[in-house]
Amino acid sequence: MITLDILVARFPGLEAGQLQEWMAEGMVRAEPGPSFTEIDVARIALMMELRDDLALDDAALPVVLSLLDQLYTLRRELAALRATTPPP
Amino acid sequence: MALDPYAVLGLKRDASAEAIKSAYRKLARKHHPDLNPGKPEAEARFKAVSTAHDLLSDPEKRARFDRGEIDAEGQEQRPTNAYRRHAEAAQGARYDGQSAGSPFDDLFADMFETRRRAEAAPRPGQDESYRLDVSFIDAMLGTTTPMRLPDGRSLNLRIPPGVTTGQVLRLRGQGGGGRNGGAAGDALIGITVQEHPLLRRDGRNIAMELPVSLREAVLGGPVEVPTPTGRLRVTLPAHSDSGRQIRLRGKGVAAHGAEPAGDLLLTLKVVIGPADAALDAFLRDWSPAAMEDPRAALDFPA
Repeated sequence: MITLDILVARFPGLEAGQLQEWMAEGMVRAEPGPSFTEIDVARIALMMELRDDLALDDAALPVVLSLLDQLYTLRRELAALRATTPPP
Repeated sequence: MALDPYAVLGLKRDASAEAIKSAYRKLARKHHPDLNPGKPEAEARFKAVSTAHDLLSDPEKRARFDRGEIDAEGQEQRPTNAYRRHAEAAQGARYDGQSAGSPFDDLFADMFETRRRAEAAPRPGQDESYRLDVSFIDAMLGTTTPMRLPDGRSLNLRIPPGVTTGQVLRLRGQGGGGRNGGAAGDALIGITVQEHPLLRRDGRNIAMELPVSLREAVLGGPVEVPTPTGRLRVTLPAHSDSGRQIRLRGKGVAAHGAEPAGDLLLTLKVVIGPADAALDAFLRDWSPAAMEDPRAALDFPA
């Protein structure tokens, strides 16, 4: 189980307050506790990359994330569809 | 073998730290693997760009590279596709983007829904402020004056008696229009009462100077006084000196609501008038019964 403290310790430059804000806005969705899984860790790494390396600001970050989420959802659905459709 | 990091970022060897950062950002935005899923060449480019940036953004490493002490490949590879690995697998459903159904219709739906709702809500109009100069007499007696607003509407503004400078009249619903059924705003009219050469306001009372002739002052009797409310007959008491006050009840600021009308306060001022030989002759021969010093009260300590 990954707790908030472990997460904050793992990412230099991530503040607990910032993480709680992201959770409050639904950008990071933890299990109750809060406890995090590997996908949350990878997502936070991506968010920090978008914010710090690509200089997305607080307004742009949720927009980009929302589009990415929709894109990945589509790709998962596409993969599932491919798996169930027999090749012509 | 790794490419020259300067070439990867499209920079000259003397590029500044800002130029490196900016070139990296530009390329990273373009090639970020999470923004280009399913394009391995983008991922390869992104790795190269990240590697180049890692090296050049660290002054120490950059210096060592420039001196030929390390090659462009001496870096640890960054795990750039970590999120994508999760997001495309089953656990990616945790961050489901609500695309079921007709996905492209609502790509932006979440983002614009809130805004649309806010714009559809009834919104009251803005209050609008105006300034109006009111004459002294109008402010004293009240009036109704036509007023033309800048947007072309004209309305009759009722000015209640007794308005003062700085008072704001509020016309409900005459301001900016509301949206989506919201109430219109109010027109707020800031009043400036102009000065009057003869009259002064003191609360609801009006003060005015009343010039009287020497004869009227001494003998008293009825005089006709022009006032803001018309000509009035006023009976002067005999022996009225300069400075004597006569109060005309109810002839000041007009009554309004629960406020009773104010008074008109006349202050007498004796006017001798043009030179008159008969008066001169009379006064020269006249010896007062009781000789009183009119300056007796002017008592300054020596």
